[in-house]
Amino acid sequence: MPGVGTVYRWELTKLRYQKRTYLGLGAAVLVPILFVVAVHFRHDRRGGDFAFSSYLSRSGLAVPLVILLFGAVWMFPLITALVAGDIFASEDHNGTLKTIFTRSLERGQIFAGKALAAATYAVAAILLDGTVAVIAGSIQSGFNSLQSLSGTIVSAPKALELVYVSLLVYLIPIAAIVCVGLLLSTVTRNSAAAVVGTLMFSLLLQLLGILPGLGAIQPYLLSTQFNAWQGLLRTPIDWAPIIRAAWVCALYGVPALFAALLVFLRRDVAGG
Amino acid sequence: MSADAPRSASSAAGADPPPVEVRGLVKRYGDLTAVAGVDLTVDTGDVYGYLGPNGAGKTTSLRMMLGLITPTEGTVRLFGRDPMQSVRALDGVAGFVEAPTFYPYLSARRNLQLLASFDGGGASDRIDQALETVDLAARAGDRVGGYSHGMRQRLGIAAALLREPKLLLLDEPATGLDPAGMRDMRLLIRSLAEQGMTVLLSSHLLTEIEDVCNRVAIVRSGRIVYEGEIAALKRGAGTSYRLETTADERALAVCHAQPGITDVRVEHGRICFTADETAVADLSQALIEAGALIHALAPQSVTLEDLFFSFTEGAESEQRDTAPEPVSVADSAR
Repeated sequence: MPGVGTVYRWELTKLRYQKRTYLGLGAAVLVPILFVVAVHFRHDRRGGDFAFSSYLSRSGLAVPLVILLFGAVWMFPLITALVAGDIFASEDHNGTLKTIFTRSLERGQIFAGKALAAATYAVAAILLDGTVAVIAGSIQSGFNSLQSLSGTIVSAPKALELVYVSLLVYLIPIAAIVCVGLLLSTVTRNSAAAVVGTLMFSLLLQLLGILPGLGAIQPYLLSTQFNAWQGLLRTPIDWAPIIRAAWVCALYGVPALFAALLVFLRRDVAGG
Repeated sequence: MSADAPRSASSAAGADPPPVEVRGLVKRYGDLTAVAGVDLTVDTGDVYGYLGPNGAGKTTSLRMMLGLITPTEGTVRLFGRDPMQSVRALDGVAGFVEAPTFYPYLSARRNLQLLASFDGGGASDRIDQALETVDLAARAGDRVGGYSHGMRQRLGIAAALLREPKLLLLDEPATGLDPAGMRDMRLLIRSLAEQGMTVLLSSHLLTEIEDVCNRVAIVRSGRIVYEGEIAALKRGAGTSYRLETTADERALAVCHAQPGITDVRVEHGRICFTADETAVADLSQALIEAGALIHALAPQSVTLEDLFFSFTEGAESEQRDTAPEPVSVADSAR
């Protein structure tokens, strides 16, 4: 019997045939490599004033963490939006909604399969980026121990584990971005508008976070949750930002996802 | 068989519900009424033409029948099931509205594999056969993005056949095809109908409907203005004759006076009228007696095109706001 899994598998197959898939994944691979090259040729090797910057030349494991730090501004939201913003809108573009709506799957099953595929793409991009960053960073600066944000030294294997757990925590706000992308994709029915809209949404929240006088709302901004993983790099681990990220992101993501589902279920397929 | 008789007969039989049963179907977009109260029934084995000019509401009606858009009012039942309730109502139903659409970056075969997966059952096993049926097997590995319009139309039929439909809903399947493509499409539809498939075919191409359909609904401005058998429609409309005599003025007077001769008029200097064969025989006798010798008396059979334009253009100017009442065969014969 066809179901959500059927849609999910075919969405992944379709992603394999689309250029935008490789744009995002290519960026996820290239950015860490370019970053490491830039670090290698940097004249001032003392580092900047951001977390782990001073460790960039001492441990390759600092590279994925620094990329997580800067990638939150536009890179990861953009990579996420490339697929999440397109996955429903492209059906409108191709006029294929009427084709798949007249087969044997309910709209809800199609929605779930597509949403899962968009989330899978985001997970794959983040993990790929992190893995490439670890490898490139280790080649450049060695697979060495790392100093935590609390000043303690973390062994290389433990630091590697923390890097991957950080990537997973990073997926919490990314999931919310996926939901916003899905909503814009269903509402705008236009791929470019949905991708740009998702990115602008993320950037606007980043801007709100740095505006003076808005400190009170900062903990509840989606952009702030991109830093939740830093709680893992403290001794002992600070779970508070991670827990907050979970519910704050749910507040952004769940209504967006629900609204996207309602739009998808109720929409008239009058074009195409 | 009258136009309306099969409708009640099939219902009264109390057996299976008809493949398509539409009642009071309305679709409004703001102030625009795209479909204004359509009632139609397609019985098992019908090849049913849904005929109307562009913008008459045919595609909107078909979209509602396939559950793609929600009716403002009215009901659609496919084999007794409501397509707005569940996609399960489309079991045994296939087709497409407007041009069939596919993922352009996938090959035809991949597209069919995707759709077969979405259908489940043994649909995947029918891909090769469907491609053969529409003569696309040799190009099945090509990306659909490179397909011509005609090839996509044929692929649309192949995608429909994967579902082994009992009811096929096709929206303007020959639109955009060259004459050979249109002929092939007609042959294909006829062949599917001969295999026992019920077909609902919308079109603005009169020849397409006339060639393949046994029943027709003529729609104008979102309303059905005629529903019934094509043969009955033409039969009811009578046969038109063209008359040339040695004394046309006298002949015209005879025609007006002769029983059974109706719709007498002069077109391009020739007398035209409608009558059955018996009345024509009587008329020829009367003309000779009146001294109007016959040069030519030739039947001009009424085409569906004539009837179509009489329904879709005749009342066009008379009223735009007031809806015409649906016409039965008996009415159209008057």
